[in-house]
Amino acid sequence: MDFNDTREESTYRAEARAWLDENAPQHLLEPLSSSTFGGMNTGAEDPLEASKRWQLKKAEAGWACLQWPREYGGRGATPIQSVIWNQEEGVYAKLSGTFIIGQGMCGPTMMAYASETQKQRYLPKLASGEEVWCQLFSEPHSGSDLAGLRTRAEKDGDEWVVNGQKIWTSGADHSDYGILITRTDPTIAKHKGLTMFFVDMKSPGIDIRPIKQINGQSGFNEVYFDNVRLADEQRLGEVGEGWSVSITTLMNERLAIGGGISTGFPEIKELVDALPLGVGKAIDNQAVRSKLADWYAKAAGLRNTAARSISALSKGETPGPENSIGKLVAGTIMQDIAKFAMDLQGFGAVLTDPEVAEGAARFQAMLLRSPAVRIEGGTDQILRNIIAERVLGLPADLRADKGLPFDEIPTGN
Amino acid sequence: MNFDFSDDEKLVRDQIARLLADRCPTSVVRQVLEGEAAYAKDVWTGLIEMGLTATCIPEAYGGVAAGYLTLCLVAEQLGAHLAPTPFSSSVYFATEALLEFGTDAQKQRWLPRLASGELIGTLAVVESGNELTADSVQLIANNGRLSGSKLVVPDGNIADVAIVLARDTGVGLSLYLADLRTDSVTRERVETVDPTRDSARLAFADCEADVLGSPGAGWNHLERLYDRAAVLIAFEQLGGAQSALDMAVAYAKERFAFGRPIGSFQALKHMMADMYVALKLAESNCYYAAWTLATNADDLPLAAATARVSATQAYQLCSRDNIQVHGGMGFTWEFDCHLYYRRSNYLTLQLGGLTSWENKLVDALPRDEAAA
Repeated sequence: MDFNDTREESTYRAEARAWLDENAPQHLLEPLSSSTFGGMNTGAEDPLEASKRWQLKKAEAGWACLQWPREYGGRGATPIQSVIWNQEEGVYAKLSGTFIIGQGMCGPTMMAYASETQKQRYLPKLASGEEVWCQLFSEPHSGSDLAGLRTRAEKDGDEWVVNGQKIWTSGADHSDYGILITRTDPTIAKHKGLTMFFVDMKSPGIDIRPIKQINGQSGFNEVYFDNVRLADEQRLGEVGEGWSVSITTLMNERLAIGGGISTGFPEIKELVDALPLGVGKAIDNQAVRSKLADWYAKAAGLRNTAARSISALSKGETPGPENSIGKLVAGTIMQDIAKFAMDLQGFGAVLTDPEVAEGAARFQAMLLRSPAVRIEGGTDQILRNIIAERVLGLPADLRADKGLPFDEIPTGN
Repeated sequence: MNFDFSDDEKLVRDQIARLLADRCPTSVVRQVLEGEAAYAKDVWTGLIEMGLTATCIPEAYGGVAAGYLTLCLVAEQLGAHLAPTPFSSSVYFATEALLEFGTDAQKQRWLPRLASGELIGTLAVVESGNELTADSVQLIANNGRLSGSKLVVPDGNIADVAIVLARDTGVGLSLYLADLRTDSVTRERVETVDPTRDSARLAFADCEADVLGSPGAGWNHLERLYDRAAVLIAFEQLGGAQSALDMAVAYAKERFAFGRPIGSFQALKHMMADMYVALKLAESNCYYAAWTLATNADDLPLAAATARVSATQAYQLCSRDNIQVHGGMGFTWEFDCHLYYRRSNYLTLQLGGLTSWENKLVDALPRDEAAA
């Protein structure tokens, strides 16, 4: 065992660090660092503009989409080099949030299924952040059961006509393009009648409406399609192959390694070190100590698990399935920490004004954002199914829709 | 970065896994559970023949100096196979205490025979049913002679030599090394939650003993010893947790109810997914702690407590819910589920309970001094 970089890795890290020292938007360091959970603070600057400016600067210097080939705007880097970059970029990586879905999921799908001309046209601008992409997958009636989606695409001459509704589309309101999964044949089994497209979000017939979340923010949108016309060239993969195309997309969901996954542990530790409780500080209380130890052990477990994945990448291996536990563990810890931190503060903790509430109301922000962590990108329950079936090899659940044509599947309404 | 065991270390692990699969099936564990034997002699002999009792002892004292990373993987396999041997007592406690605190003469005298398995060592600490504290130790050391008793000593019926925590007249607590093969030591077998591990009450009546380490530093020495042993015990817990999970998964695939394998029900799938998650968190923490043990890193106390807390949680969860997955069959003496349940609860308490390790963990965290 050795926790140090190899010689090549350390050279790469030095190169990344030198470029960041010279070019990072240091005036944003403080506001970004004080961002509360679920929001991004870019001080006086518009968050989207600040993000695009930083992304373009990185792209021009070859530090965007590091693992992509150079001709599509990347750097041809290895996975471990990409991890090293994430570690070095640190807090500035918050500015990449806008591009994660486009670059992490849409890009690899385009890379696999778009024509060469399309790749040349779209990928470099996706890498540079000049164009933002979103992913149009979930629907009001198909979240965990994604393959149950209903948005129709019907052939009309050389074109396709799309009608339906997508939901939970992150960043749709400032996206230029999106990848869109549709149903092209409802008379066959549900996984078989799907087809993937990419779509210009400015197309006539698209209506985007932000969703107001329980924390008052609006990171997601509903997207309505009313006779939206797509050229057949916008199809990704064969007709009826949409499900396997979507697997490509989902498999590319960015490994949350290198940058680390938030648990709220540093925040609760800082709180209990200072907060009076009884005759001493909260950290001297046994109930607090037990919870703290539990959360630390879990947070450390995630950090050490990520380190094992990085180690595998460093050796040119594929990380093991243990990496799938991150969001499942972190989401619940964060929700528990928020609740407990507020409990320790008593009734005053109901206050949500950052000017008044303890710790700039960060636990209140965490309380109201953390439920989403346990749902977005795969619910806790779906993640447990995945672990049980794909890692432990337990048999699949019996399904009421197995083998049925899509239009004969019971819908309940 | 290379956060993994080496091929050589893994080779030793695979060898011991084969040895234990061969010599230590659960039928052998049951012989100790149900019979008169204090340990599985054939398994113990096999471990000795492989040189495992000599793993971390320098060559000068008859060891093989294979290193702590190897020892961690040995511990994992011993836990996975529920090995009913005095390995932990002799190696993680007695041998470690001598390596850490012994004089050269003490090492010369005892280590070669511990390395060869000729002698079995142990650690005698606990005197009452209260959580151990420095104030509570009553066994007296006076002019190099021990008087008093220890309530539960692992492998106390079979150990030849014990490291004993004693109140040293005038100087506080000290560690002593006592040869137990004398009339001044009375041994009495005690029943515990895990009869596959030998346990004894030891009474010392003016027993001659040799101070180990600095007089008066007994408590600090013990904490140091516990931190190091915690990493190794955590690996045993990890191995046991994995076996319990494997057993649950295998049964859930085989057992049918309502016309389908019970493993296809989400209620059970999610239970086993949670077992897997706890296991993986513990495994990663154990790996890190192994590195701090092998390199004697400054953050060993924090890493050891972290590994200990998460490995305890993992083994507790996996052994408990393995019974649940088995339903009524899991509550029968005949099924092996209780072997893991027993061992997990024994190991949870062996170095002091979970709460005491939670406290050690929090004590080891860097504290924000500005706030204090």
